[in-house]
Amino acid sequence: MSHVGSNTIDAALQRRLIEAVAATMIGHAEELTGLDQAIGDGDHGLNMKRGFEAIMVDIDGLAAKPLPEALRAIGTQLVMKVGGASGPLYGTLFITLGKELPAEPGPADTARALGAAIAAVMARGKSQPGQKTMLDVLAPIHAELLAGGDDLTTRIKARAADAADATVPMKALRGRASFLGDRSVGHMDPGARSSSLMIAAVCDVLGG
Amino acid sequence: MANVGIVIVSHSAKVAEGAADMVRQMVGTAVAVAHTGGNPDGGLGTDVAAIMAAINSAWSDAGVAILVDLGGAETNSEMAIEMLADDRRARVVMCNAPIVEGAVIAATEASGGAPLDMVRRAAEELSPQT
Repeated sequence: MSHVGSNTIDAALQRRLIEAVAATMIGHAEELTGLDQAIGDGDHGLNMKRGFEAIMVDIDGLAAKPLPEALRAIGTQLVMKVGGASGPLYGTLFITLGKELPAEPGPADTARALGAAIAAVMARGKSQPGQKTMLDVLAPIHAELLAGGDDLTTRIKARAADAADATVPMKALRGRASFLGDRSVGHMDPGARSSSLMIAAVCDVLGG
Repeated sequence: MANVGIVIVSHSAKVAEGAADMVRQMVGTAVAVAHTGGNPDGGLGTDVAAIMAAINSAWSDAGVAILVDLGGAETNSEMAIEMLADDRRARVVMCNAPIVEGAVIAATEASGGAPLDMVRRAAEELSPQT
């Protein structure tokens, strides 16, 4: 995800990206848990915080690894440490990115890898865009990435935020929130929010 | 040939333990039963590593049937299955059934020596058919 602009990823940039994503997840833990209490089982923020705290324990090692390997390691930590469905879902996203990205990816590599990662998350969650999930943020930003062009990080960040907002009126069809049916309408999906926060953090580092 | 093993995965360690107790009372020691509940910190949730350990501890060459409670338990169990050794992965199934009743029925079926697919079907007959 890190080569959205024209940046080459070195160890220092890789570290800043991981730190930024971890900081936003840890910093928004209460907000995410609040969203999840409205329509889920109320653990999303704390679960993501636990996962990213585990990742930060080995930040030196992760920063030093080649990008694909670091992404796979991050994904594996999320799978093993999160403790809720978001662990395998985000874990699958990062692990697939790690499998699909070359060590020095260009924008086309990124778009292709993200497409593969989204397909893997869809399979893992037996879900698709339109069901009030993280996919409702990931799919639009993939489209933005495919479109390419100028100011990509700014546009992707804005698109992610809009896409998360757009989950508010949606009715949940997957996951715990689907038990609520119509009562899930009117709340932002916590997974969509966490995805948009991660994307914003990545875009801020790459674009700033 | 060994009987199919049963694994119970709940968000709550107490639910998992209680369901396993009920299974053992019904079918005795003829079926290996393992249970796990709680996230890696011990709170409510599930833990992929612990699920893998439970599958391996209930292992039988006839396979293992898993019963889960809610969403994350299902996703984490699927992830755990994928991370098993190649020769074991294909012999583990998830049952779409209520966790307590499903575990009891699956274990009862397994105790008679039924193959994995029959054990799963017995449990899934408890769920509304779609």
